[in-house]
Amino acid sequence: MSMGMVFALMGAALATALPGVGSAWGVGIAGQAAAGVVSEDPDQFAKVLLLQLLPGTQGIYGLLVTFITLSQIGILGGNPVTDTATGMLYLFACLPIAIVGLISAYHQGRTSVASIGLVAKKPDQFGKAMLFPAMVETYAILALLISILAVTGI
Amino acid sequence: MAIVEMQKLSICANKKHRKAILETLQSMGIMELSYSNIDEDSGLTKMDTQAARTKYEKRAASFEQALKLLSQYAPSDGDKTGLFYEKPRIARSEIDKAVADRHHYNVEVAEILSAEKSMNECQGVIQKDENAIVSLEPWMNLDIPMNCEGTKDTKCLIGSIPGTLTEAELYAAASKDMPEPAALTASVISALNETTQVVVICMKQDAEKVEDNLRTAGFARPSMPVIGIPSEVAEDYRKEIAEMQKTIDEKKQIIAGYKNERQHFRMMSDYYRSRADKYRLLGTVPQSRNVFFLEGWVPAEKADDIAKLMTDQFGAAVGKEDNGNPEDEPVQLRNNHFAQSAESVLASYGLPQHGRVDPTAIMAVFYVIFFGMMLSDAGYGIVMALATAILLIRKKNMDEGTRRFLRLFFYCGLSTTFWGFMYGGFFGDAIDVIAHTWFGVPSDQTVLKPLWFAPLNNPMRLLIWCMLFGLIHLFTGLGIKGYELLKAHDIVAFISDIVAWYMFLMGLILMLLPSDLFKSISGMTFTFPGWMNSFSRILAIVGALIILVMSGRDRKNWAIRIALGAYDLYGVTSWLSDVLSYSRLLALGLATGVIASVINMMGSMFGSGVGKVIIFIVVFILGHTLNIAINALGAYVHTNRLQYVEFFGKFYDAGGRAFNPFRHKNKYIQVKEEN
Repeated sequence: MSMGMVFALMGAALATALPGVGSAWGVGIAGQAAAGVVSEDPDQFAKVLLLQLLPGTQGIYGLLVTFITLSQIGILGGNPVTDTATGMLYLFACLPIAIVGLISAYHQGRTSVASIGLVAKKPDQFGKAMLFPAMVETYAILALLISILAVTGI
Repeated sequence: MAIVEMQKLSICANKKHRKAILETLQSMGIMELSYSNIDEDSGLTKMDTQAARTKYEKRAASFEQALKLLSQYAPSDGDKTGLFYEKPRIARSEIDKAVADRHHYNVEVAEILSAEKSMNECQGVIQKDENAIVSLEPWMNLDIPMNCEGTKDTKCLIGSIPGTLTEAELYAAASKDMPEPAALTASVISALNETTQVVVICMKQDAEKVEDNLRTAGFARPSMPVIGIPSEVAEDYRKEIAEMQKTIDEKKQIIAGYKNERQHFRMMSDYYRSRADKYRLLGTVPQSRNVFFLEGWVPAEKADDIAKLMTDQFGAAVGKEDNGNPEDEPVQLRNNHFAQSAESVLASYGLPQHGRVDPTAIMAVFYVIFFGMMLSDAGYGIVMALATAILLIRKKNMDEGTRRFLRLFFYCGLSTTFWGFMYGGFFGDAIDVIAHTWFGVPSDQTVLKPLWFAPLNNPMRLLIWCMLFGLIHLFTGLGIKGYELLKAHDIVAFISDIVAWYMFLMGLILMLLPSDLFKSISGMTFTFPGWMNSFSRILAIVGALIILVMSGRDRKNWAIRIALGAYDLYGVTSWLSDVLSYSRLLALGLATGVIASVINMMGSMFGSGVGKVIIFIVVFILGHTLNIAINALGAYVHTNRLQYVEFFGKFYDAGGRAFNPFRHKNKYIQVKEEN
């Protein structure tokens, strides 16, 4: 097995691992806030659950990039990577979603916590409350896009 | 797509019709009453209805409480009042009958609530007894009463000492500084949780000395005095608990016995809620000795009907008032069946003001298209459309807001199906996987071919398309603003704020398309004739010049005016970021498709023969359920965002106040009018 394969697989692994950590973190803190709201007002369950789930998407974006990478580097399909340079290309292609996914998921989680507080006080403002965490996610989406374009372009 | 015109009406009528008029208005649910302040010296007063209002609110609440208890002790299917709750339709005559019998129902509810009260009391006693039993636990081996003081010649000391002691240690501690052998018995009852329960019996003359010794060792009498032998006392407590439990069960039976009265309780709760509302309003109505005044908003087209009804039936004087400040005018939207379903999306951002455009219909079209592009799987779309359609057909009496919401997702489901087939996704690549695994189709052959193209094969191409859709969306927003300016006959603003931007942006885009940069990014080649290139340049320059000169047109100072214009030109960067934002259409679309493929692949990886089929089905159902939930949520959130941030950012500022007519705010039932 070549060094290139090692780098490529490292990229694929990071793309799932880091955003997954971030999402778990974000969904975790949002979940604590959500449970607190439901203990006071069980009717808000559906709304706060949606808000809790918002930071969970980064983990999925990471999975997505990993899957595309694996299907190109000869693990789930495609041709095995033979040279080190190509392997490193895959590694760097995976980095945008890996790094941005981790950090944006955490911050989206914190924004979700604030939005959950908003819904607890003003349940009719759900539409706006949902928007704040969605703004954070924009950057994860941009990172995902660049990772996909880079991986498929190699 | 319109905002309903409103008309302010004032009604003045004889006081004897006061209740009848309010009740008529309440059941029509057509007039929003404004609570006017009255002048000190006008001689008008307001009635104090606080007491009556509180009384009825309490009654409504106690019927509600009774219903809650019934659902707890005699559960039935009709108890759920969640999102898909259908308010039962009850004939007017039946409600009137129930209202006539209301005293009977009040008595029943009082019984239920008193049963609940005694249940709570019993629960309290049980709690207390259980605590007492726990605190007696260490004393269970004691066979004399705990309040035993001793006999004629002896004194009995019962209590606990911190730490774990043996009987010998206890004896030593108690008999310190006393001649051997001391006349006392020391026994340890139990040692639990770092405390030792002890009984020391000594002669009366030694009592003081022994007690002192024990106190030095940390002896303390029990904090809760217990009378009697501990095991017997505990037995008594247990009997009491059993009795209380029996009482609670009896009371539960009593409550459950009213289970057939549910419907009546629902009617009564809503009846008292409406009545409390009526009294709240009554408290704000200005009145003199003989007449009273009402003021409020009605839809303009209904104004004459209401005036006629009030005059004919109650001899009231009705006047049309000047509408005054348009900001006070409440907003009600009127849309066709399709656009209606998206009204709640608009409302949660904020309603438009009077005199502005209601963008619901245009927004609804983009909403459905964009949602479809993000979820973009024919299988998921069919599931969504079917699920919402079944709910809509089966539950006709659902809350109107919920029905509209479901309708919106029905349309989104259809759009998702459309885009799914365009992209070639049906539960991801389920059809291909099944065909390859079980039907021997060679694995390089695609069974379900996309009608358009598969995004993953050429993401760059789809990205360009997404940005084009985004540009159309944004240009539509700018166009709506232009339409509003034209309607206000502000031609200068229309040219300098709208047309100039169209020219500038179109010019820039036409300049970009044939460039090498665009070619290398998209792989598409545009060759324009020479005149087209100079035309696009002129377009961009003229647009930019107009913006530069005209943006700060309300400033006298030319330096500031040009500076403001330059700043506005810089706003082109926000257009760039807005357009890039539509790349989420691609990203989320890819996410659905790829995750769905992962699920199919995992499902088809393991086992063989029948086992393989079973594993595939299980993984398929679980995986796709999860994927549809997460991606539908993502599509919903990001479609909203594209509308709220990108689209509304170009033209829309909310600030309208929702029309909130005086009506029956029923929680449980709806009235079926009979003719």
